[in-house]
Amino acid sequence: MNQDTREAVVPPKVEVAAAVVKSEPPPIEEGEAKIETKGLSFFYGDHQALFDNSMRVAPNRVTAVIGPSGCGKSTHLRVYNRIFQMYRGQRATGEVLLDGTNILSPDTDLLELRRRVGMIFQRPTPFPMTVFDNVAYGLRLHFKMSKTETADRVEDALKRGALWDEVKDKLRASGYALSGGQQQRLCIARAVALEPEVLLMDEPCSAIDPVATNKIEDLIEELKANFTVVLVTHNMQQAARVSDYTAFFYQGYIVEFGSTKELFTNPKKKQTEDYITGRFG
Amino acid sequence: MTPRSMTYRRTVDRIVQLISLLAASLGIAVLAWILWEVLRRGVAALNWTFFTEVYAPPSMGGGGVANAIFGTAIMTLMASALAIPLGFLAGVFLSEFGATSRLADQIRFSTNIMMGIPSIIIGLFVYTLVVVPMRTFSAYAGAASLAIIMFPVVARTTEDMLKLVPNELRESALALGAPRWRVTFSIVFRAAKVGLLTGVLLSVARASGETAPLLFTALNNQYWSDNLSQPTANLTVTIFNYAMGPYKPLQQIAWGASLLIMVGVLFLTVVARLLLAGKGAKQ
Repeated sequence: MNQDTREAVVPPKVEVAAAVVKSEPPPIEEGEAKIETKGLSFFYGDHQALFDNSMRVAPNRVTAVIGPSGCGKSTHLRVYNRIFQMYRGQRATGEVLLDGTNILSPDTDLLELRRRVGMIFQRPTPFPMTVFDNVAYGLRLHFKMSKTETADRVEDALKRGALWDEVKDKLRASGYALSGGQQQRLCIARAVALEPEVLLMDEPCSAIDPVATNKIEDLIEELKANFTVVLVTHNMQQAARVSDYTAFFYQGYIVEFGSTKELFTNPKKKQTEDYITGRFG
Repeated sequence: MTPRSMTYRRTVDRIVQLISLLAASLGIAVLAWILWEVLRRGVAALNWTFFTEVYAPPSMGGGGVANAIFGTAIMTLMASALAIPLGFLAGVFLSEFGATSRLADQIRFSTNIMMGIPSIIIGLFVYTLVVVPMRTFSAYAGAASLAIIMFPVVARTTEDMLKLVPNELRESALALGAPRWRVTFSIVFRAAKVGLLTGVLLSVARASGETAPLLFTALNNQYWSDNLSQPTANLTVTIFNYAMGPYKPLQQIAWGASLLIMVGVLFLTVVARLLLAGKGAKQ
């Protein structure tokens, strides 16, 4: 199932370029990328959803992936931690290099890959357990540590998820007891606790309110000091606000990739321009 | 073109409503009648002796059904110990691992058929497989046939309940680097626990009311016996024997035993429904 079919939302028709205040990041050189995809194609059974995607994800930067519904942006993201493998009949060809190693190779240890590459989903997905155990879940999977160390790491992760102050008195409450925005930050804390190198965010704000969205955008800004972030979003202002680089996807192809400023102010391709100015979507 | 008569259409509507209401009331009325009769006649049989004694000749009042209560409980327990873990695992295969495979389709099909097999045939099956080689009726054989009845119920409800857990939850746990089996047992099971418990309760309710499969396997026993490889008393076969006999005191005890089973099954079913309703309200 294509994840993008749910978001049948027409992008807002606004002048996005004005929102871009970021300085121009340098072009990403060969070998410098945290993740480099080369000729990535993706299939849902017989249906091809991605065609020959090639792009570079710069370390400690936020890379936004934008495009209309069904363009393959979530599909592309879901290759980076091979989560698509949960489903029969989905397969990827080409290369996805994480620090130079092809993660699509059959020798890849999926559990280790997913520790290094965390993921945040569209809808908050707290586990049916306490706030504390939600964050400790991944830690306990990958590390043996004492109770006090676990508690320290959980506290640290919740602080980095900008949630600590709101939940420090209800660590024993169920994860479901939190608000939607808090649940999403809980999921971020849960992923951050594992000290991943890359954070994949698949429309992390599409199911939560604007105030909570602001908090998460601020958080993304802070997170890039320690992590490489890839953010799929259908919200162009969000891409313009928080990302350094942007890839524009259309019908499974990467139409344009470049610095966010360049892409929004001076798009090279007609399709990109039409999309960011709201002429289609 | 002339419009149809409004009165005519209203009248038809009323009549259909009335007939469906009558049909529904009839069903409920029969249920209420059964409950009432069993309650009315059964309550009279319930006393201290009923719960603490075993069979006594009708001339001495017929005694009680302590051995049958024990037998039914122990056989249901043994059957649960066998069928519930196996049913869980089969459900896990159907929902999590096999899901879309052809093998899963075949298993799903067979469990559906298994649920529809008349229970007397399961009794005969266990008779030839367990009772004949052991040369004796036993609690083991009784438990085996109850387990066969419970297994498909547990397997299918487990599958259904696990399938209600959204895939996003599985993906989130996998994305943290959890292996699939751990995702299943630490996250999916936890998310589905109320539903799983419901399945267990319903299967226990189903098994504890069965007579036919015990007739050829556990048989019955007038005496107190905790030897599981001997014929074992149980409530349903006791009801069958006593109710068919000519003795008033024994018939009275059969009503009491019926009430006991009915209340037990009703209790399990109601608890299961409440659990499910509570779960629905929470989401």
